[in-house]
Amino acid sequence: MPIGSVLDVPLPTGFVEELVAVCGDRVRLGAAELRLYGRDASGLTGEAGVVVLPESTGEVQAVVRICHRHRVAFVARGAGTGLAGGATPLDGAVVIVLTKMNRVLSVDPDNRMAWVEPGVLNLDLSRHVAHLGLHFAPDPSSQQSCTIGGNVANNSGGPHCLADGVTSSHVLAVEVVLPDGELVVLGGEDPEPAGLDLRGAFVGGEGMLGIATRICVRLTQNPPGVRTMLLDFASVDDGAATVSAIIAAGMVPAAIEMMDQLCVQAVEAYIGAGLPLDAAAILLVEVVGAPHTLAEQVENVARIGVDHGARTVRVAADEAERQLLWKGRKSAFGAVARIKPNYYLHDTVVPRRHLPGVLRAVYEIAERHDLLVMNVFHAGDGNLHPLLVYDRREPGVEERVHAAGAEIVQVSVAAGGSLSGEHGIGLEKRDFMPLMFSPVDLAAQAALRSAFDPAGLANPLKVLPSPARCADVHDMPEGVWI
Amino acid sequence: MDLTSFAAEVGARGPVTIAGSSTRGGPVPGVRVVSAPPGIGWFEPAEMTVCCGAGTPVAELQQVLAAAGQTVAIPPSGTVGGALAAGRSGIRRLGRGALRDVLLQARYVSASGEIVTAGGPTVKNVSGFDLCRLLVGSWGTLGFVGEVILRTRPRPPVSHWFSGDGDPFELLRRLYRPAAILWDGELTWVCLEGHSDDVREQASTLPGFSEVSGPPPRPPIRRSVAPGALAGLAGQRGFVAEIGVGIIHDSAECRDLGSPDGSPIDRGRPGDAALSGAGPPGVGLREASSRVGLRAAGLTASAAGAAPGTGSVAELHRRLKERFDPTGRFNPGVDPLNAGQPSERDNRASGTTEWRGDQ
Repeated sequence: MPIGSVLDVPLPTGFVEELVAVCGDRVRLGAAELRLYGRDASGLTGEAGVVVLPESTGEVQAVVRICHRHRVAFVARGAGTGLAGGATPLDGAVVIVLTKMNRVLSVDPDNRMAWVEPGVLNLDLSRHVAHLGLHFAPDPSSQQSCTIGGNVANNSGGPHCLADGVTSSHVLAVEVVLPDGELVVLGGEDPEPAGLDLRGAFVGGEGMLGIATRICVRLTQNPPGVRTMLLDFASVDDGAATVSAIIAAGMVPAAIEMMDQLCVQAVEAYIGAGLPLDAAAILLVEVVGAPHTLAEQVENVARIGVDHGARTVRVAADEAERQLLWKGRKSAFGAVARIKPNYYLHDTVVPRRHLPGVLRAVYEIAERHDLLVMNVFHAGDGNLHPLLVYDRREPGVEERVHAAGAEIVQVSVAAGGSLSGEHGIGLEKRDFMPLMFSPVDLAAQAALRSAFDPAGLANPLKVLPSPARCADVHDMPEGVWI
Repeated sequence: MDLTSFAAEVGARGPVTIAGSSTRGGPVPGVRVVSAPPGIGWFEPAEMTVCCGAGTPVAELQQVLAAAGQTVAIPPSGTVGGALAAGRSGIRRLGRGALRDVLLQARYVSASGEIVTAGGPTVKNVSGFDLCRLLVGSWGTLGFVGEVILRTRPRPPVSHWFSGDGDPFELLRRLYRPAAILWDGELTWVCLEGHSDDVREQASTLPGFSEVSGPPPRPPIRRSVAPGALAGLAGQRGFVAEIGVGIIHDSAECRDLGSPDGSPIDRGRPGDAALSGAGPPGVGLREASSRVGLRAAGLTASAAGAAPGTGSVAELHRRLKERFDPTGRFNPGVDPLNAGQPSERDNRASGTTEWRGDQ
């Protein structure tokens, strides 16, 4: 399918040569690489003008300065696992790939912090500090391949963010190349740096506020004990009601994950974790802490589950069984391929008490559009992840997928929810922003963006809908296809 | 909560300042004063979220939450809006987390008198840029917050303070998620929270410690330093330090934290060390004797060629102020880059009146 260019601006004369002077053969113009970096994991495809792979802060700074001088847009990119099109270049932009900056620079085990480069993989960081009894708390399902820089850009979450918070709670400082090439450090190792919380404003900026070149992350103590439980239910409503009841009872488990029947069946066929195939829904609940806390919480979760119709409560007997249960959860997206070749993953948040109603609406929407939907999600914080599974070769199916997706987003927001819990807005949800924010609200967000990037060169056309587009929530920018 | 009348009061023109209960500095003198509405809008214990007016007294909010066995990580005294504007966490930050993480949604009145919503109502939300974190600690210079939605937490079943002469840094390494470790250079205080049997068992590993009624009184000057720098306080007195966090409650206008190699305080160019891979980014401190106070500034100094408050960071502040409050009508004269520093205004703000209640 042909791909148009949004701005259709050719690269200025001498521009590529200037980049080569900085990064040498790490400036790429080959068709295969431009195609590879023309999209991220969202399926939203754009157009990369040139790909640059810097190896240091200095190189990033030099590249950004060249872009700024020539007024060429650029897009920072980590592993490209983002699902909202945040790293999709739209206008023949320069793609600045940060995966070569992948060193853990320092670890302070006593004060539980580490300085890392943005290309360090999320799971690699936790492995790097495991011998110190520490880990990096945000754990997206893509943690084997996503980067810390990408986590910062998207304020990423993961199952264990229920108790410990998403990425923003775990970033102390960020060294940033601003879109004009200036270098700043936002935040600091100290808890209350002077001035506005620019670190907080930067995290979740989706690459539109600058490029993080070094990040100081907070590391979290490994708990002295962990218990992982599997509860299965004859109805999705019972499972959802159990989630609310656990929280209402005054517990914040480390994680509460839910999978519905179609998902359980796919996962079980994929890895054989011994999941109950006849369950309408299962909950994976993990509690952590000191021994008496653990024992009490295991007992309370089991009791609440049984009170809400849990058929069985299985407590992982050992670490191997625990790992198997988690492998089941984290393999869900891979398991989908056993059902249909393609899927579209949504990410909305609803107040926990509305989980049963919104889930019912999700099933109804999928059925009306003649689609299969699987639900596997962070139930503890109401973060839904409906997966619409389909075969792209089927005529008209993509239109139905997007129509159903739009309805799911609308139902979630109407229930008092949010557009995105952890994937970000990017391109995918940009034009849904008016569902949640008024023009005045959006203008305030645009003001933040323009303070960091007055020229609008960093990852343009993402997150904020143009005022003219506010009325139509279904449009994608010209030149983008799904 | 209807913010229409608050917005009308704030208006769209002329200098205006906002007052809560004046425990953190109070309104700017000589400027028209407004106050945010008080009162709890709603509280959903099963969501662990609460909505209230920014003018709600923290004590009243905590009382409502406590009735459902919950709490919120906001330091005591004054109003919710005042606490958020100052952006300072309470002394249990080590265990309960930072103040900046509790604000889920804010509705504020902009400099043009419009009501703006920042953030979202759910406990997890990455829809758009994080204006909530920009507002926390902004000292009312970007917008006047009228209503907030906050993330609450279960109140721990028990919470006990213990004191003795143990090494606070060893306790930080060893204990599992203590709520607080305080140190005055001689004695150490530990706050343990959770299941009563777990607290009892952890307490039994504190040799020579005995239970006390609460934390020690904190001196009025508040400094923020890298937690790794606190060891430099050894041998000194007149402070209470939050170990593992980096807050020093100080009685001294100046404080020498020394450095391992005996070099002067201003030793921080850790970014260079990190770049070369030669060692950890440091925890350099600078200008111990200036009004700017102690601050881990090394990285900024390295990166921007200047300290916080100058160069690009200051330019970002200027641009943000220009965009959010172009005529400078909100809290005129207040500069977030200095508002949190030890100064006449700050001494009033962070003195014993504010912090004594955090038991």
